[in-house]
Amino acid sequence: MNPVLSVRGLEKRFGAVVAADALSIDIAAGQKVSLIGANGAGKTTFVNMVTGYLKPDSGSIALDGMDIGRRSPRNVARLGISRSFQIPQLFIQLTAAENLAVAVSGIRPQALSFHLPAEAQGRRDKAIELLERFGLADLADRPISELAGGVRKLVDIAMALVRRPKLLLLDEPTSGVSAEEKFATMDRVIHAVAPDAATIVFVEHDMEIVSRYADRVVAFYQGRVLADGDPHDVLKDAEVRRYVTGGAQ
Amino acid sequence: MMKHGRLHPLVMIALVAAVTLFGRVLPTWTLSLATIAASNALIALGIVVLARTGNVSFGQGLFFAAGGYGVALIANAWGITDAVAQMIIGAVCGGLLGLAIGPLISRYSGIFFGMLTLALSMVLYGALVKSTALGGSDGFNVGRPSLFGMIFTDPREADFMLYAVSVITTGLAGIAATILFRSELGLASLAVRENNLRVEYLGISSNRVVTINFIIAAIFAGASGAFALMAQRHIDPQFAYWTTSGEFVFVAVLAGYQSVAAVFVASMALELVRSFSNLYLPNTWQLVLGVFLLGVILFLPRGIGSLWIRNKHKDNRSDPAAAAAITAKKEAAL
Repeated sequence: MNPVLSVRGLEKRFGAVVAADALSIDIAAGQKVSLIGANGAGKTTFVNMVTGYLKPDSGSIALDGMDIGRRSPRNVARLGISRSFQIPQLFIQLTAAENLAVAVSGIRPQALSFHLPAEAQGRRDKAIELLERFGLADLADRPISELAGGVRKLVDIAMALVRRPKLLLLDEPTSGVSAEEKFATMDRVIHAVAPDAATIVFVEHDMEIVSRYADRVVAFYQGRVLADGDPHDVLKDAEVRRYVTGGAQ
Repeated sequence: MMKHGRLHPLVMIALVAAVTLFGRVLPTWTLSLATIAASNALIALGIVVLARTGNVSFGQGLFFAAGGYGVALIANAWGITDAVAQMIIGAVCGGLLGLAIGPLISRYSGIFFGMLTLALSMVLYGALVKSTALGGSDGFNVGRPSLFGMIFTDPREADFMLYAVSVITTGLAGIAATILFRSELGLASLAVRENNLRVEYLGISSNRVVTINFIIAAIFAGASGAFALMAQRHIDPQFAYWTTSGEFVFVAVLAGYQSVAAVFVASMALELVRSFSNLYLPNTWQLVLGVFLLGVILFLPRGIGSLWIRNKHKDNRSDPAAAAAITAKKEAAL
């Protein structure tokens, strides 16, 4: 099967810091891939390069065989890669429904309308339907500034889903969520994204989350892939235990 | 008639008609004042449209002068005196200049955006002062405007005609702005102001959003320049000077960005404060204006519009405990 995402020989340096060192990764459709690694291992840099925010020094990134390595985040989003952020990137003075409405406006092929109401019924219905999937419909008309961190995370992910992306990148979806709530949060995310995003890549520090939800794990260390494979095998790998998990499982 | 505290466009049209007819009973000196206020409101409305993207233009005098000079040159060359035609010519001149500059300037934001607009307006000012063909620093005169072939020899009728055209134009621009604010582009503009990178990640060009708003602001400024020309029947480089631009920003700050009607109220309030302080405190009227602005910033930081436009989420915000309870319930349910 052809991979949805194919990365070859990706390199990125920030001065003396090597953030990506000849990275080559293929991600097949339908996989739930977790990226793990210590802080500074290059996980978020990888996500930033795949989504067009950072341009690689060398190497190629292909989505369904199309080179996207030099495209802008806007073009990459239009081609089918969406992302959420470690710190939710929302429009905090707008309501949750308005945030979703902006995202819905972005999927129309035509230019933004000067006169069609942003929250016309069809668009609002779409926004509410997405919020409902995350159990947030009754917060639709609350400004983001009034919502708690965990709820903002879910709205952030909901916005990434509007385009029904081929590939969804989630940057630490459970960071900032308490230990008691993390599984419930992740259950909700996986359940909510299932209808729209067949392929998910998520950056995660919590190995319990990784072993429970990922069907493949890629461990990063100093910009390189330290291990790549089945979660059970990767998390037991001696180098991964030494450099990434510190013995945790 | 009214939805979520917003007037229906038909009600707004009726209000514009009422304000226009009200001019019939206004004293003549007030007519001139209201004409200038409506003209200033039009350009300030453009600044508010642009400010919704998070960018403030300190150089709208550029488009104001482009509209004014464009109309003056064409009127003198081709003998076009019709007020509506002159307004359209001014809007087109401003819009074309905005179209040329907008795509370049939208790459900048914040203080760089503001200073670039200011710099461009001062470049035009410098060029106009040095241009003998355009009258240099003295400028030149134009004839009295007409309307649909009617020539107004009675000064009161001429003033009313100009008042009516400027109020109707500014009113229609206000209705268009209200529709724009509620539209996809309007919401995207607020999103750009808050987080332009996220807008890009949603597949929307934030530069394009800023450019479109910039061009709309330029069109309004060009039409406003045409009205100023018609009111004064004279144009000079002062149209492009930075203090002229500053005055329009002054109106926009007074108004805030929440309400279109606030722009008109702010513009009229400014003209009244200026006129009366000039009359009774001729040597310190600038001080009065400064204190007035300071008072608005201190007590109405979101502008005059916040007096009657409560945030539409006020009902929710009025009960923070309920809001917190719902959020906490959601968190607990996760």
